[in-house]
Amino acid sequence: MTSPARQSLWQIFAVPLLLALLSIAGLASALFGDDLWDAVSWLTLGALLLVAGYFAFRRSRRMG
Amino acid sequence: MQANQVHRLRVWSVVHKWTSLIATLFLLMLCITGLPLVFDDEISDWLNPTVIAEVPAGTPAPTLDAIVATALAKHPGDVMTSLGFVKDRPAVVTHSAATPRAPLSQSHRGSYDLRTGKPTDLQAQRRGPVMTFIRELHTDMFLGLAGALFLGAMALMLIVAIVSGIVIYAPFMHRLAFGTVRKYRSARTTWLDLHNLLGIVTVAWLLAVSITGAINTLHDPVADAVRADIFRMGKAYGGSAPKQLTSVDAALATAKNALPDGKLVSFFFPGAGFSTPHHYAIFARGNQPITSQLFYAALVDAETGELTRTYEMPWYAKALLLSQPLHFGDYGGLPLKIVWALFDLVTIVVLGSGLYLWIAKWRRARKSRIAIDAVQAA
Repeated sequence: MTSPARQSLWQIFAVPLLLALLSIAGLASALFGDDLWDAVSWLTLGALLLVAGYFAFRRSRRMG
Repeated sequence: MQANQVHRLRVWSVVHKWTSLIATLFLLMLCITGLPLVFDDEISDWLNPTVIAEVPAGTPAPTLDAIVATALAKHPGDVMTSLGFVKDRPAVVTHSAATPRAPLSQSHRGSYDLRTGKPTDLQAQRRGPVMTFIRELHTDMFLGLAGALFLGAMALMLIVAIVSGIVIYAPFMHRLAFGTVRKYRSARTTWLDLHNLLGIVTVAWLLAVSITGAINTLHDPVADAVRADIFRMGKAYGGSAPKQLTSVDAALATAKNALPDGKLVSFFFPGAGFSTPHHYAIFARGNQPITSQLFYAALVDAETGELTRTYEMPWYAKALLLSQPLHFGDYGGLPLKIVWALFDLVTIVVLGSGLYLWIAKWRRARKSRIAIDAVQAA
C-alpha cells in the first residue's frame, strides 16, 4: 500500500523497532531460563516469522 | 532533503552494495551449510543411532582409576593426558600419549563404559563424515585458523551491510506503509520490497547470529589464551611435576565439591591440555540455564589430592562460550531450532534478492549505455 503522505523517520521505524525489541526478548529469553522461557522464545521469534510471511504472501491491493 | 543528506545516503548505499557483494557468496555458503548444522545432533543421531545397552542391575561400577589403568596398559610408556565425559551418555573418552604435551594426533584414544569399565563405541563416530564435512566447510573451509578468521571478516562485512541496510531502508519507505510489497509493478520492484521487508523483520536475529559468528571464529586463539592463563596461574603454586599421582576418583570428588553442581566435562592430567604441570584440572558446566553454557574449573594438587583453587573463565572466554548458543540456536529445544532454520531460509531469500537486484540494476545500466552508444554511433 502506498501512503500518499511522507512519513517521518519515527513512523518508518516504529514497527521495525518493535520487532527488534521482540527479537531481543526472544533471543535472550531461552538463554536465561528453561521451559516457560523457552516457550517465550518460540512465540516471539515465531511471531516475527508470521509477520514476514503475512506481508510477503498477502495479496497486494492497488491504492491511488 | 538537503544535498549533504542525499550525499550521505549515497555513501551508505555504496557501503551496503559493496560489503554485501564481497560477502554474499560466502554468506550463501554459510547459510546453506548452517541449515543442516542447526540440526546436527538430530541428524547425527539419526545417521548413526547409538543404542545404549542395558546393564544388569547390581553391576559394580568401575572406578576411574581402574579405567585409567586399563587404558594405560594398552599403551605401555604412555602417560594419561585427559578424560572426557561424554554428553548424555554413560561413557568416558580417554587420551594418553608419550608426553603430556604431545599433539592430539599423536595421542591414543579409548572409550569406556562408565557402568562396566568395558571398551565401548558409545562415543565412536557420533558425527559422520557428511556432517563433519559440512561443519568444517562452515567453520573454516578446511583452511584452519586462516579460514576461520577469513569467515570472521565476512561476518564483519555482513554486520556493516546490515547497519548500512537499516540506514538506507528509510528513503525507500518514506511513502510506503510498513510491509508494502508492490506486486503490480515490475519484478524488480516486487523483489526490492521483499528484500526490504524480510531484511528489516529479521535484522535483529541476523545481527545476533553474525556478531556471535564473528566471535566464534576466535575459538582457537581464545582456547590458547585460556590454556596459557591456567598454566601461568599454576606456576604460582610451584610448577614441579608431581612425584606420584594421587587417585583420580578422589581428585574428582574434591573438585565436584568445589564446583557448581553441573555436568562434568573433562579432566586433564598434569602438564596436558588445560592443566598446569602440577595439577589435575577438572572442568564442569554450571547448573543454571546461563551457567550451563559456561565452564568452571578446579585445580587439584595431583600429588596431595588437595584442592588448590577454583578458576573462573576470563571475560573473553565467557563471551565466546555465550556466543555459541546464540549462533547455533541450540539453547531452547527443537522448536527454537526450527525457528532458527526458518530465519536462515529467510536470510537466503534476502541474500538472493539482494544479488538479483544488483544484477538487474547493472543490466539495465548496461542496456541504456549500449543504447546511448548506438545513438551516438548513428
